[in-house]
Amino acid sequence: MNNVRIMTGNEAAATGVKLSDAQVIATYPITPQSSLAEILSQYVESGKFKAEYVRVEGEHTAMSVCISASTVGARVFTATSSNGLLYMHEQLHWAAGARLPIVMCCVNRGVGAPWTIFNDQQDSFAQRDTGWIQIYCRDNQEILDTVIQAYRIAEEVYFPVMVCYDGFVLSHTMMPVEIPDSRGAKEFLPPYKPHTIVSADDPKYINPVLLPVRRPNSEGVLCDGYMEMRYKLQAAMEKSRDVIVATNSAFSDAFGRNHGGMLWEYMTDDAELIMTAMGSMATEATMAADMLRAEGLKVGVVGIRVFRPFPKQDVLEAFKKASVIVAFEKSISYGFEGGLASELKAAFYGTDINIPIHDYIAGLGGRDVKARELAEAAKSSIASIESGDINKKTTWLNCYTG
Amino acid sequence: MPENLFKVNMKEYILPGSRACQGCGLTLFYRYALKALRENTVITLPACCLCVLHGIYPKTAVDIPCLNNTFASTAASASGIVAGLNALNRTDTTVVAVAGDGSTYDMGIQALSGAAERGTDFIYVCYDNEGYMNTGTQRSSATPLGALTTTTPILTKQQPKKDFIKIMEAHNLPYMAAASPSYPIDLYDKFVKAKRIKGTRYMHIYVPCPPGWMYPARDTVRIGKLAVETGIAVLFEIEDGKFRFTGRSKTLAERGKRLPVINYVERQGRFKKMNLEQLKQFQTGVDNKWNEYLKMAEG
Ligand SMILES: Cc1ncc(C[n+]2csc(CCOP(=O)(O)OP(=O)(O)O)c2C)c(N)n1
Ligand code: SF4
Repeated sequence: MNNVRIMTGNEAAATGVKLSDAQVIATYPITPQSSLAEILSQYVESGKFKAEYVRVEGEHTAMSVCISASTVGARVFTATSSNGLLYMHEQLHWAAGARLPIVMCCVNRGVGAPWTIFNDQQDSFAQRDTGWIQIYCRDNQEILDTVIQAYRIAEEVYFPVMVCYDGFVLSHTMMPVEIPDSRGAKEFLPPYKPHTIVSADDPKYINPVLLPVRRPNSEGVLCDGYMEMRYKLQAAMEKSRDVIVATNSAFSDAFGRNHGGMLWEYMTDDAELIMTAMGSMATEATMAADMLRAEGLKVGVVGIRVFRPFPKQDVLEAFKKASVIVAFEKSISYGFEGGLASELKAAFYGTDINIPIHDYIAGLGGRDVKARELAEAAKSSIASIESGDINKKTTWLNCYTG
Repeated sequence: MPENLFKVNMKEYILPGSRACQGCGLTLFYRYALKALRENTVITLPACCLCVLHGIYPKTAVDIPCLNNTFASTAASASGIVAGLNALNRTDTTVVAVAGDGSTYDMGIQALSGAAERGTDFIYVCYDNEGYMNTGTQRSSATPLGALTTTTPILTKQQPKKDFIKIMEAHNLPYMAAASPSYPIDLYDKFVKAKRIKGTRYMHIYVPCPPGWMYPARDTVRIGKLAVETGIAVLFEIEDGKFRFTGRSKTLAERGKRLPVINYVERQGRFKKMNLEQLKQFQTGVDNKWNEYLKMAEG
């Protein structure tokens, strides 16, 4: 019997955390993450879910608690948004550098100043280089399933995983979600086996000062310097792609839902124009594709699910037959362009994919983005190419720029 | 009641090869404290001299499990260890956070206050060398009035030391104590006691630092003693809200006579630019605090 319930994205995330048997939770409230922290509190205080819940005094502490609890050997969870995520920045690097399998939900929200409580993805985009795996979800079902997958990925490759989903658009919107049974979830997700723990039984000095050079230990064995450790981080992050793909397949076999591994495609087989985005805007783009198909245009969508590690080989495959790419982005690298457009260009460099990539900044600070507007943007890209403006400059969609 | 001297743990946890300076007061305190804490203890610490004292990868001079975390997160890190151990049903381990005055008084105050308010079951130790020593003796909010530091290099520190102990008193902890490595048995006994108590325990250790305070390395114990003799550092404990002087401070409070602060000041190069006005203000501050403690001891 399928257990389907109508729930918000935040409840879907909380359900995923409970099914994953997280042992330590540390959160600090921020809109639109708050209801996730509240639901987890309900679970724990009602006795439905056995976990140590630390209601910390700030996000820097939330991540510090996760770091240390994870180093003790516990499975940990936290969630935040926007300025809360920025406040954690130092600890995000620490968590990744220490190779801890922490899972965090980032309920995406724009960042201040000026204040906005509404959605865009500048918060997680700004954490791109912290060494976290970043997965963007397109609907509430994917949020629940991705939280469970995230623990399996994190604990296999010893990287922290950020499960990103759009604030309000998903976090506060009700959708039907199928809940995996807890036995199945347990089988899918074996208990956490830490690689190095701090324990009273075994004196170890963890995360000490390193020098630039490799140095011998007391037995004369040459050990890593700082740079070797960074190399290992990069090498392991690159390898994690295969684990992410395999985890998605294993999940699909176990529960019958395939979220696409690194990315997913919609009507791309014969598509000449491919729209691409991350998170809920990619779902929106599928509706735009339907509209354009109804007009006889060959349009498809590639949803980028994993932003780090960047799915280089997957995008080469997914976009190879397209003749134009239209990227919709809820973040920007100020002074240049949308980050996804940059990554795609970099991925295609030196290959035989040499097609225009048009970049649209959309939906910042919760500005509404309708499927119809995405469809119009795609048509305007076609028009500009036809008029000879091949490499159209970054467009701010739905934004008064006069 | 002082622990019987013959029961003092003979095991050494700080082995040869520590990276601390000669005559380091921090090293003395840490040696005695670890003896008192014994096995089944986990330490967490931030960036500070202690982080370096432990050693540089892949070697360590300290035979105790220890987790590094960032500068502002010492007490948060301890909260995480406690939560993790609870989740794994290992509640018998003593979790100890050790941080300098810089991270305690300044950046780490939020995490410490948060952990104390939550009643986290751990010992927080602030070793107070009155400055950011690891980064080269810059001023912290624990630096005393009139002291030269590398960021108060000409005019000296213009503000008195923050009364951090009072901030911790306001957290109504089950146990807090101040000690000095110049009085090792007093210090040892306080750690033995702290280990037995549940909840957040706060320990304030006054540790002289030869390069930072600019005095010869052989004088560390003497400087520590002078700090107590003058009443600049006070040995006490507060158990369930009840204050009592201990050790030498107790004797001074009951029948002794404190030395004037000049006896302490004149031996340290960091005070060489202290003017008379500052000296007077320093003395008045110490006297007022001492009288406050006398009242607290009366109950
Ligand atoms: C966020 C951050 N800012 C600054 C530093 C640089 N830093 C490292 S140790 C230190 C001073 C430590 O002073 P204190 O806590 O008093 O310990 P001590 O060095 O005196 O032992 C500073 C400022 C840091 N590590 N992290
Ligand atoms: S600078 Fe001071 S506290 Fe730091 S190791 Fe040297 S003597 Fe000890």
